[in-house]
Amino acid sequence: MTLMTRRSLLRTGAAAAALPLVAGRAFAQEPLKVGFVYVGPVGDFGYTYAHDQGRQEADAHFGDRIRTTYVENVAEGPDSERVIRNLAEDGNQLIFTCSFGFMNPTIKVAKRFPDVKFEHCSGYQRAENVATYNARFYEGRAVCGTIAAKMSKSGVAGYIASFPIPEVVSGINAFTLAARRVNPAFQTKVVWVSSWYDPAKEADAAKALFDQGADVIAQHTDSPAALQAAEQRGLWAFGQAWDMSSFAPKAHLTAIQNHWGAYYIERIQKTLDGAWESGDAWWGFKEGMLKMSPFNPAIPADVIEAANETEVGIVDGSAPPFAGPIVNQAGEEKAAAGSALDDPAILSMDWYVEGVQS
Amino acid sequence: MDAMWFSVAMTIVAASTPLLLAALGELVVEKAGVLNLGLEGMMLVGAVTGFAVTFATGAALVGIVAAMLAAVAASMIFAFLTLTLASNQVATGLALTIFGVGISSMIGEGFVGKTIPVLGPVFPEALAGHPFLRLLFGHSPLVYVSLVMTAVVAWFLTRSRAGLILRAVGENDASAHSIGYSVIGVRYAAVAFGGAMAGLAGCFYSMVQTPMWAEELTAGRGWIALALVVFSAWKPWRLLLGAYLFGTVMTLELQAKAAGVGIFAPEFLAALPYLATILVLALISSRRSVGAAAPACLGRPFKPAT
Repeated sequence: MTLMTRRSLLRTGAAAAALPLVAGRAFAQEPLKVGFVYVGPVGDFGYTYAHDQGRQEADAHFGDRIRTTYVENVAEGPDSERVIRNLAEDGNQLIFTCSFGFMNPTIKVAKRFPDVKFEHCSGYQRAENVATYNARFYEGRAVCGTIAAKMSKSGVAGYIASFPIPEVVSGINAFTLAARRVNPAFQTKVVWVSSWYDPAKEADAAKALFDQGADVIAQHTDSPAALQAAEQRGLWAFGQAWDMSSFAPKAHLTAIQNHWGAYYIERIQKTLDGAWESGDAWWGFKEGMLKMSPFNPAIPADVIEAANETEVGIVDGSAPPFAGPIVNQAGEEKAAAGSALDDPAILSMDWYVEGVQS
Repeated sequence: MDAMWFSVAMTIVAASTPLLLAALGELVVEKAGVLNLGLEGMMLVGAVTGFAVTFATGAALVGIVAAMLAAVAASMIFAFLTLTLASNQVATGLALTIFGVGISSMIGEGFVGKTIPVLGPVFPEALAGHPFLRLLFGHSPLVYVSLVMTAVVAWFLTRSRAGLILRAVGENDASAHSIGYSVIGVRYAAVAFGGAMAGLAGCFYSMVQTPMWAEELTAGRGWIALALVVFSAWKPWRLLLGAYLFGTVMTLELQAKAAGVGIFAPEFLAALPYLATILVLALISSRRSVGAAAPACLGRPFKPAT
C-alpha cells in the first residue's frame, strides 16, 4: 500500500513539475477561447495524442475565430481542479476535460463558473453547463474480431485486459461475438493485468497467451509492448487508440483510432452560435468518432472486405455488434435472435459471451 | 512438457533478470550502510539513455555503457547530497526517484513512438537450435551478466578484502573510520556500483523486454527490487532465488490466466507474486539469521568526528 501511495505521489510530483507547459495560438479580435485538459503527454501516440489531433482539426477548421489552449500531463484528482479553474479564469468559454478522473473536479469548477461551458469525456455526471461525450469503442472491437477470426489459424485470440469495467467487458464481448460470426468455434482467452500501463507485464501477458495457443492479440491496455512480442514471434496483434504500426510493422493488423475532431468542431460551432446545450454524446463509426487505422498490407482482400462489411453493418444499423442471439458463458440467452442489446445494457455489462475464457 | 514449457521458462528468465540486476546493486549499496531509495529513478534514467543512445548510434553496446554512465551520474547526485552533505537518505532517495521520473520523460520526449532492434541472444543461433539449448544459450547478454554478477558480488562480500572493508563500513562506520578507512570513499564507490547496476536493469526493459521508450517504462519494478534486497536478508544467492521466485510466480500467474485456470478474482492473482515472494523469503530469513541481517549503519549519515 505504501508502494501505491508513493507511486501516486511521484506521479503527482512529476506532473506538477511538467505542468506549466501551456501552449496556445493567438491572433484576431475576440476569438472564442477554448481550453483542453489532457491526462497524458500529447506525444503519447495514443489516447492523449488522439485528443490533441481533434483540437488541431478544430483549430484548422475555425482558423482565427477560435483560440485553443491545452494543458498536458494533468494528474487526475485535486490538481486537475486547479488547472480547470485557471482555464476558466483565463476566459476560456468552452473547456474540454479529457479523462474520466476529471469528472468531479469539472463538476465542481462548473458550479463556480455558470457562464462557462464544460465538456467531460467518458464520465456520467452532467449539469446545466456540463455535457459528456465518449466513443463507442466496442464498435471498433467488432471489426477487430472479424479480422482476428479470419487471420487466426488456431481459432484462439488472446485479449490483454486492464480492469473488469463495462467499457472493457463490452469490448471483449463485441470482439468475440464478431469473431464467432466468422468462426463459430472461436475462443478468446483473456488475461487481466490489473493495470492500464505496465509494458513489461503486457509483454509477458502476450507471451503467455501465445504459449497457450493464441496467434492474434487484442488489447485494452495502453502500451505497444504486446505488439512487439507479436512481432518477435511472427504472429498478429492489434494496436490501441492510435496507429502503432511503427512498433511492429509486420504484426500490426490495424488499430481503433479515436477521432474527436468532428465532435469538437460541432460543439465549438454550437458555442459560437450561442446554441450550446448540455447533453450526452456517444458516437461511433457513423459519426466518424472511430476509424480503423490503415490495414496491414499482409491482410488478404477478402478479409478486408469482411472487415468493411462489419463496419458498414454497424453504420447502417443492419448488423449492430450486440445483435442477438447472444448467449452468455453459462449458456443463458441474453438477447434473442432479431433483437439487440440497448445502450443501458452495454453501459452496465458485467458478463461474458460464450467463447470468452477469463 | 514441450516447447511451451521451455518458452515459459524463457519468459521467467526475462522477468527475473532486471530485478536481479537492480537488487544486486542495491544490496552492495546497503551493505556499505547507505539506503538508496532512488532505484526506480536510476533505472528510468538508464532505460531512456540506453534506448536513446542505441537509437542514435545503432550500437547496443554503446547504449548499454551510456545507460550505466547516466545512472551512475544520477547516483552521484544522491551520493553528494547524502555522503558529502550528510542529508537524510530516505528523503534524498525519494527525491532521486521523482527526479528520475521527470528527467527521463523529458529526455525521452522525442523518442516516444520510435523503436530499435531487440537486443537479442549473445550466442550464435546454431547453439540454440533445440528448445533446451535455447534455454541455456538463447538469452540476451544481460541475463548472463546478471548471473555472473551474483557470483561476483557473493565472492566480493564474503571472500575479498575489499568486501570485508565495505561490510565494516556498513556495520560500524566509526570503527572503520578510526582504523583509517575512508568511509565516505567506500560509500561513494558502492553507490556508483548501485547506479551502474540500476542502469543495466533499466536498459533491460528499454532494449530487451520491450525495445521502446515510454514514460515510466519500468512501472514500479525498482520498488520490488528494493523489497527483494530486504527479504533476501542481504545475501546475494538468496537474492537470486528471490528474484527468480518473483519472476516465476509473476509469469505463471499470467500463464494460468491465459490457460483459463483460476476463475477467482484477477486482483488476487495479480497480488500473488508479491505474496509468494514475501512469504518464502520471510520464512527463510526468520529461520536462520534472526535480526542480524541488516547492516547496522544502514541509512545513518556518517560525519567524521575529527
